[in-house]
Amino acid sequence: MTARAFTLFGTLIVLIFLIGLWQGTANVLLLSVTSLAYALIALGLNIQFGYGGLFNLAVMGMLMLGAMATTLISMPINMSFWDSDGPYLLLRAIGAAIAGGVLVFAVRWGLKRLGVGGTFTFWITLLAWLFAYIFYRTQIDPAALYIEQKAGWVGGLGLPVWLGWAAGAVFAALGALVIGRVSLGLRSDYLAIATIGMSEIIRAFVKNMDWLTRGTLTVTPVPWPVPTPQYFQELGADTTASFVYARGGFLLVLLVLVAVVLFGIERVYRGPWGRMMRAIRDNHIAAASMGKDVTRRQLELFVLGSALMGLGGAVLASFSRLFDPAGYIPINHTFLIWVMVIVGGAGNSFGALFGAVFIYFVWMMSDPVSHTIFEWVNSLSLSIGWPAIPEIDARSSQMRVFVLGLVITLALRFAPRGLIPEIIRRER
Amino acid sequence: MDILVFMLNKIAISGLVIGSIYALGAVGVTLVAGILRFSHFAHGDVMTMGAFVSFILASLLAATGIGLPFATGIVVLPLAMILTAIIVYGFDLAFYRPLRRRGARPITLLIASIGVTMMLQGVLRLFGGTATRSFFETEPKLIYRIDMSWLGATRPLTVTQPQAAMIILTLVAVLVLHLFLSRSRLGKAMRAMSDNPDLAQVSGINTQLVVRMTWFIAGALACLAGTMLALDVQLKPDLAFNIILPIFAAAVVGGLGQTYGAIVGGFLVGFAETLAVFDWSVLVKPLAGILPDFITSAPSLALVPSEYKLTVSFAILVLVLLSRPTGIFKGVST
Repeated sequence: MTARAFTLFGTLIVLIFLIGLWQGTANVLLLSVTSLAYALIALGLNIQFGYGGLFNLAVMGMLMLGAMATTLISMPINMSFWDSDGPYLLLRAIGAAIAGGVLVFAVRWGLKRLGVGGTFTFWITLLAWLFAYIFYRTQIDPAALYIEQKAGWVGGLGLPVWLGWAAGAVFAALGALVIGRVSLGLRSDYLAIATIGMSEIIRAFVKNMDWLTRGTLTVTPVPWPVPTPQYFQELGADTTASFVYARGGFLLVLLVLVAVVLFGIERVYRGPWGRMMRAIRDNHIAAASMGKDVTRRQLELFVLGSALMGLGGAVLASFSRLFDPAGYIPINHTFLIWVMVIVGGAGNSFGALFGAVFIYFVWMMSDPVSHTIFEWVNSLSLSIGWPAIPEIDARSSQMRVFVLGLVITLALRFAPRGLIPEIIRRER
Repeated sequence: MDILVFMLNKIAISGLVIGSIYALGAVGVTLVAGILRFSHFAHGDVMTMGAFVSFILASLLAATGIGLPFATGIVVLPLAMILTAIIVYGFDLAFYRPLRRRGARPITLLIASIGVTMMLQGVLRLFGGTATRSFFETEPKLIYRIDMSWLGATRPLTVTQPQAAMIILTLVAVLVLHLFLSRSRLGKAMRAMSDNPDLAQVSGINTQLVVRMTWFIAGALACLAGTMLALDVQLKPDLAFNIILPIFAAAVVGGLGQTYGAIVGGFLVGFAETLAVFDWSVLVKPLAGILPDFITSAPSLALVPSEYKLTVSFAILVLVLLSRPTGIFKGVST
């Protein structure tokens, strides 16, 4: 941490304090907790891009997996699902999927043994995939329909929230393992396009598999790890105070979590593992010639970073008490994180942390600020006899996206290495 | 024969239309990728912007009250394409060229293009709001009915005027582009720079001019595609954000940097999407007595439910990237 970093963090804290005076304590606590959840995600992306140079645009997909996992683990058990034929039908569908997988594998293995190669193998394998897919669809479609009609959705397992968060990390890590295995051989642009595609596929599935995720019906209320405002209200606190206590408690939990994660990342980053990762990022050919397994190591980074993203996604869903698959859009959940990491400083965890909190506040504050400006311009134009500006509310909330784009282009132009840049050490 | 006409309507026409839009967008993406060596993520919003430019011009033209044989949206296209091309070149001057001058990596330019996407979206919604507009509020959408009775069909083949214009204009654009790239001096210079930028520069090619031309072509085609999409469906501020992903899939499938590959990729992705969500039950219905009951009575025989339409292009993308990582035609790798 340099003097510059201390100044920046100090200024940020003062700024948050001032916003608190303007917008009220409960509101600024809401923003702070969310920004810290985003910090977890930004730390994950920093591991992937800052340490490994991997251009991952699948952040949104990871957040969705994390949020989905936490609802599946920590929501109460849905007895109307377990009492129905749903589990049996689902088991059949899973059996169909396994049978399909075995079929594809057997066809590939058989063709290999027979020594048939080339185009023929490709088409036969494709045919086997198609057959397996249709077989699976014949099982899953009625099962999904049945569950949606009888029970709504599969429901949760009723386990504690922290287990749900851990499951969020694990789910996202598993998703990243699959995505990484498929796409990590690709370089830069191709990787970006492939990952954004995977992320959209995840979104399409999570949004439309109503039997698993309730889809657009949304899951609510996702439980909290700490007492909720309702708990404090029952104890006799008034509304504002109850929100302050509850969000304060959540903030403490998150502060500890972020501190632990930051400490862990910094430890491994300063060790041989971090040195190896930087070597691979800066020159993967040289690193490979020194005997490093580049693709495997990149997969490690990808999975680790995605686990943090999943954790962040789980925390976000948990804090907002709502899992709404339709609410995930690339701007808010992929590009926003990218702006955070680039502006903060890729390759420096403190930079990512600063960027996350700072950009989140800029993002949220540009709405009320531009609203104020619009009101001012409106009164000005009314006073000289021009017509009023229509739809001020809708327009000022759109300004957020513009401000974000402006910030990132300015940052790339004038501070390409970020506000708290990576510290390059010379090893003697 | 009614089934054949139905299938022509549902597969051939809609596949051609969506394929044309993808192909025109993918050509722009692939030209930028080949010559400037980065993936231009703002292309989808450039398309939306082009559609808005056309919309404004069309409203102005409609206000004059001149009666025209074509939809005003089609008549104003040439002017809108030129305007969009100039604006897009302005983006290059303002956002991309300073980074290129500094020798920034392609990744940095890609992130900058994401920034441009967001700014464009913000500006479009600031002035356009979030409302949905239609080009056909003041005039009817003409529908051509092609008589198919010679095939023994009772129902005609229906094509709307924008759809017909789309298919014809895409053909014209592709032909002009082909002649330009293969015959003209500047077109050859563009191909040379796409193959090897350093070699092109030392052999005296004016790279500035090539870059400018690239943005002009990409911008003009994006305007054409965006306007056509808006004419065919509706004009929405988030019109092209969903379409940028299939366009990238088309460009990658064709091989980034390969113009002809992008056209092939566009139609490939367009037809694949159309075929995947096509409900085959119409073919099975007449065979009700012959085929087993569970096939004929199924509610839908589409290969992929239409909610998953977007995933089709990515399934193709992943397949191609796995089997031929640089696309069907060999593409550049940055």
